Amino acid sequence: MKRVILTLTLAAAPLIVQAAEFDVEIHNPTRGLYYTPLLVTAHPPNMKLFEAGEAASSELQAMAEGGDIMPLVTALDSAGATTVANPAAGLLAPGETTTAIVNTNNATANTQLSIVAMLLPTNDGFLALNSLTVPTQPGTYTYNLNAYDAGTEANDELRGSGAPGQAGMPVPPPLDPVLGTNGTGAASNAEGYVHIHRGNLGDTDTTGGKSDIVSTLHRWLNPVTRVTVTVK
Amino acid sequence: MVVHKHMLVLVPLAVLLAGCHSDSDDDTLTSSREFRFQVTITNLTAGQPLSPAAVVIHTTGWQAFTLGESASVGLETLAEAGDNSDFIVAADTDSNVLAAVSGQGAIVPGATAQVTATAAADSQSGLLLTWASMPVNTNDAFAIVNAIDISGLAVGQSETHLAISYDAGTEANTESADTVPGPAASGLAEGFNADRDDVRNAVYVHPGVVTQDDGLTTSTLSGSQRWDNPMARVDIERLQ
Repeated sequence: MKRVILTLTLAAAPLIVQAAEFDVEIHNPTRGLYYTPLLVTAHPPNMKLFEAGEAASSELQAMAEGGDIMPLVTALDSAGATTVANPAAGLLAPGETTTAIVNTNNATANTQLSIVAMLLPTNDGFLALNSLTVPTQPGTYTYNLNAYDAGTEANDELRGSGAPGQAGMPVPPPLDPVLGTNGTGAASNAEGYVHIHRGNLGDTDTTGGKSDIVSTLHRWLNPVTRVTVTVK
Repeated sequence: MVVHKHMLVLVPLAVLLAGCHSDSDDDTLTSSREFRFQVTITNLTAGQPLSPAAVVIHTTGWQAFTLGESASVGLETLAEAGDNSDFIVAADTDSNVLAAVSGQGAIVPGATAQVTATAAADSQSGLLLTWASMPVNTNDAFAIVNAIDISGLAVGQSETHLAISYDAGTEANTESADTVPGPAASGLAEGFNADRDDVRNAVYVHPGVVTQDDGLTTSTLSGSQRWDNPMARVDIERLQ
């Protein structure tokens, strides 16, 4: 309540100071999900990485199905965004934390913060902060992020490919010994639009069953990410 | 520059609060006032009774837990056995805690419970409130609203917060009859055990329960013990 009042007071003041540099701390609070390389970007208000309820872009699809953030980075670069790609230098394991320092000193139009990364093991699940207006008041702000489904790939929950349009889940080394094998595949279709992820089904049969996902390790309830933004 | 504006807003408030009690009465031992809050907890689950509430009024120097770090033994006991006594005793000994009280009993699904906590403090500035309970048909889950800023609540004013569930990270999520203390299990479970044998010794966001209805044959739980966030609704009203 106080924060809201103070913000209004500031908004009414003649001088508004735009946040120029802020730290973005990203914590993985899940039981067993890994994040692929994170994309942290400050961008202008006239663009978004996705719109819930609408079809994913091919750039978002590449991130959500295979963890490839380069197509999004290229698009953001050409739009003048301030982007920190892969601050954790690889996967962010359950329980781990990474920090990105975002400096928009020379790009004051980049008032919005977005964060995405693919969630493993999923077929096309990703965590997202979608165009948050970065607070201008110095302070520490905490946000909980939800898991989305890009809607571009069937959630068969089987080992497979991270290439866009190809079935199955990419399996990097930390997940390889944990996941099941020889599942028959959970029945599903690509949904066609970005939406809140329904969660993993999984099973307890590591050598068969419907799913290669382990139900006792890889399910989740939202939130799947805790973000702490520190505005200096 | 922004900092200066911030201070300009806060300074008159501080003066105002100081003025409230500077010339109060003959009691020279203390200039503190009593701030009383009523916490109303509503259990939003289908099949997870919540253990007796622990309500703590504190300042930033104390916190119930840090996400990603290991739980205190007090929190472990609350989350494994539904017993908040260690948690409350430990909080009470901390100089940053102004009040630590327990509710009167379990809060069954759909039910509402009220707990009143009173803090004696020089001013309302900096006061935070935390509520925690165990959903008892789990191994080591706790639901919490954590360090809510109550410094701006006026008498009679109420705020609503929604609680999500965390895993204390202190006990394996076997869901077995001998480890789940709630009524969905045998009633013979051990509750607290000092071993820390979960996937990691750190607090994380609870993934929910799998249950025997969804293929975990060793689970004593059924589908009705599943839940989604938020797990509880917490209304905080300032009474005094």
